[in-house]
Amino acid sequence: MSQTVTKKLMLFFPRCECEKPIIYHLVKDYNLVVNIFRAKVTPEEEGYLVLDVTGTEEDIERALAFVKTFNVSINYSGKGVTRDENSCTHCGLCITHCPTGALRIGDKSTREVIYSEADCIECLACIRVCPFGALASAF
Amino acid sequence: MKTYKQINDRIESGKAVVLTAGEIMDYVDKKGLAAAAKEVDVVTTATFGPMCSSGCFLNFGHSKPKIRMSEAWVEDVLVYTGIAAVDVYLGATQLRHGDPANMYHPGEFRYGGGHVIEDLVAGKKLQLFALSYGTDCYPLRELRTYFTINDLNQAIMVNPRNCYQNYNVAVNDSDRTIYTYMGILEPERKNANYCSAGQLSPLLNDPYYDVIGVGTKVWLAGAHGHVYAEGTQHAGACERTPEGIPKGGAGTLALTGDMKQMRPEFVRGVTFRGYGVSLALGIGIPIPILNEDVLRRTCVRDRDIMAPVVDFSQDYPQNTGKVICYVSYEQLRSGQIEVEGKKIAVGSLSSYYKALRIANLLADEIRRGDFRLAEPIEPLAKDKKMKSLVTRKKPS
Repeated sequence: MSQTVTKKLMLFFPRCECEKPIIYHLVKDYNLVVNIFRAKVTPEEEGYLVLDVTGTEEDIERALAFVKTFNVSINYSGKGVTRDENSCTHCGLCITHCPTGALRIGDKSTREVIYSEADCIECLACIRVCPFGALASAF
Repeated sequence: MKTYKQINDRIESGKAVVLTAGEIMDYVDKKGLAAAAKEVDVVTTATFGPMCSSGCFLNFGHSKPKIRMSEAWVEDVLVYTGIAAVDVYLGATQLRHGDPANMYHPGEFRYGGGHVIEDLVAGKKLQLFALSYGTDCYPLRELRTYFTINDLNQAIMVNPRNCYQNYNVAVNDSDRTIYTYMGILEPERKNANYCSAGQLSPLLNDPYYDVIGVGTKVWLAGAHGHVYAEGTQHAGACERTPEGIPKGGAGTLALTGDMKQMRPEFVRGVTFRGYGVSLALGIGIPIPILNEDVLRRTCVRDRDIMAPVVDFSQDYPQNTGKVICYVSYEQLRSGQIEVEGKKIAVGSLSSYYKALRIANLLADEIRRGDFRLAEPIEPLAKDKKMKSLVTRKKPS
């Protein structure tokens, strides 16, 4: 059996695709384990979804090809919570509020605060704490 | 022994030996105090953090016809006009007109005086709206225009209190989340916040104000400014460690500098949810190594500096003066402190990362011969105590 990998994705569902059970098919037809961090349907009936998918590379590839047959956009890099590198002053006020250590001191000597997107579970605690407005939610 | 003149001559010739307050301890450990004092000319100190007692004087020049502004707003933030016709003072903590503040607690405070100052330095176009009662010499009653910092005659930062020598570590002993100028504090001492650059901080490297005084030249957000007075609430007569390091707030500095020379990355508006707005500033102060004593004091390390842990739910607001315990900056920087047997996660409002950058930028400027030192014209008081405000009944 080939090795499984985990990928973090953000999906955007335009109005016409919101009512289709796409995630159900990822589990049933493509054997993926899904871990949904955050989902939202806007008043315009558009949908946002940030999730981890775990499966073989091959299954993930097939699943994403399936998702693309709908009008759904897949964002592989910029996720639901982003940090503006110019706004961050690396003070470290966010660190105690981050439950997963996605925001942490990277280098003990310079005390640079790093943001590891892969470790973020999108609780949004940092956004209300940051004095410089450096962190933002995509939705 | 060295004099300011000797040090400035060496700076001018590009031969000055300059180290940061983060490097000097290891250097002195290696070379010995006496040899290092001969060799090193300057140690650079720095800090970057919110400093509420900051603001600036702006002069707009005269419109046609002229106006004597009696009320004015920049980007809808009220400025003080109780001075000459087109001079105003813009304060860092002023809220924007119509901000609901804490009416819906905790308020968001997205924009205010500190953010206007940031936008000014960043060269953004801003709105001025001014009203007047009109006079014979200043007939205009209302004015709305758009300007950048380059349109102003002067934009001079004048900060009554910067560079607090040391500061509280804030915790919350209550059972609800509190929203303070020390950040959001979770109930039951779940987190603690501090605000100092510790071993890099200017006045912790000169604890008895031997070299930093009125007239000292400083690096104020990239501009060459100076100390114009002792800061408000300056209180050097405080509890100190056996080595002389203050165990609380203690000294402060009043600073001024030309905003047109400042760099936007070191002038940043601050938002504290549930509290208000402020301004974070980057400041660097050079310490001239005049003798061994001055050098020895710059060798202070985070482990030697103690900060008081204070409850911000009761003791701070009620002004009880109670200190739960003292912790060192070494402990604070480890990310966890232990208070009365409980481990508490620690966050910082002050950016050590930026302070380190400033200490290095200032060191480079001095090495290049672009920043000369100034000898103070007046020392800072060592014997002042902090007074509280007494609320009295009207005398009969």
